[in-house]
Amino acid sequence: MGERSRPYAHVLRVAGLFLFGFAVFLVVRWALVPADFGRLGFYRAGALDSARAVKVRYAGEATCVDCHEEPAQLRKGQGHERVRCEACHGPLGRHADGDFETDKPRALNPRLFCWPCHAELAGRPALIPQMDPKDHAVGESCIECHKPHRPKAESQ
Amino acid sequence: MDETRRAFLAGAGKYIILTGAASLAWDYVVAGQPAQAPNYTATDHWWGMIIDIDKCIGCGLCVRACKAENDVLNEPGRFRTWVERYQVDPADMDHPTVDSPNGAYDGFPEIDKPGGGVKVFFVPKMCNHCAHSPCVQVCPVGATFESPDGVVLVDKDRCLGCRYCVQACPYGCRYIDPRTHTADKCTLCYHRITKGLTTACCEACPTGARQLVDLKNPNDPVHEFMRTHKVHVLKPQMATGAKVYYNGLDGSVR
Repeated sequence: MGERSRPYAHVLRVAGLFLFGFAVFLVVRWALVPADFGRLGFYRAGALDSARAVKVRYAGEATCVDCHEEPAQLRKGQGHERVRCEACHGPLGRHADGDFETDKPRALNPRLFCWPCHAELAGRPALIPQMDPKDHAVGESCIECHKPHRPKAESQ
Repeated sequence: MDETRRAFLAGAGKYIILTGAASLAWDYVVAGQPAQAPNYTATDHWWGMIIDIDKCIGCGLCVRACKAENDVLNEPGRFRTWVERYQVDPADMDHPTVDSPNGAYDGFPEIDKPGGGVKVFFVPKMCNHCAHSPCVQVCPVGATFESPDGVVLVDKDRCLGCRYCVQACPYGCRYIDPRTHTADKCTLCYHRITKGLTTACCEACPTGARQLVDLKNPNDPVHEFMRTHKVHVLKPQMATGAKVYYNGLDGSVR
């Protein structure tokens, strides 16, 4: 160094500090931001794979019908045709995969199963038959007259 | 050093640095490719849903199915979808009476038929998977996003639990899962729709009030439905680009 000090030394010091800070920022960013972030948008692309990997619990009617054709055939032509199997029988994905222990088809208690849809309720559209639980077949089980897969009673 | 050696070293140095930078960039690009789902190309689909108020009977089977499929917490209750019952006096449409007992998990209790011309109906609600989603816009870390096929999802590994998205959603469909302390919401059963199944709520609905639709599929019945019915979205004034279309939505529904 000559005796004359450099006139821009203070500028170079600040610039050096700034560059050092920027380098630290780059290192921290490299460490914290996942490699697949920003690939498809402002998110981690691997999140799509995690979203897809969730276990399926409801098998879907098409899968049920693969083994159990008869109930699906029975339902044709009456109102329950459009009610899918697991709406009443509960999630049976594991049953469809061969595990017959974990997902057992629900034992259908008619009182708990029929009224939630078929009880008269203010605001319920008339597209399904509804009756007042207080005066329709009081004390009797629904399935005495209405078979679940072909619910029209003989009297109808 | 003489000129030629200096020139050589400068050239070699540049070459080495550029190659190193290029290989780092290449690794970065390659690392970002998500595993391809077999038989599913995200850009071929644009998912939405149709909810037909004229068909909803308020049975709550959709709420139960969603909870069973997605392991949604019951104690204390969180809901990815729920049903509201509206009692509207047409003379006072700005003040409907709304109830949603436990999200309609057990259906609705009986009420006396209201007199005076008051109409009663059921409105199922869920995440609207907005095309211009406010929740996606506010997330500070990119933990919630819209997938290439139009489904708004949450990346649990990135979510900080700051709750900004919960505040931002105009439909109130987001919540914090107390087990993971991250944001959670309806995923449109992404794990099902990418395999050709329908969502759990649509699977369980006994009247067909809820139907999953793929707006990019020219054969999807949604196109015919939208041409023949008067459809509406919730809170259109928020311009969220909501993709859940309601048929028969009353003006009193907020």
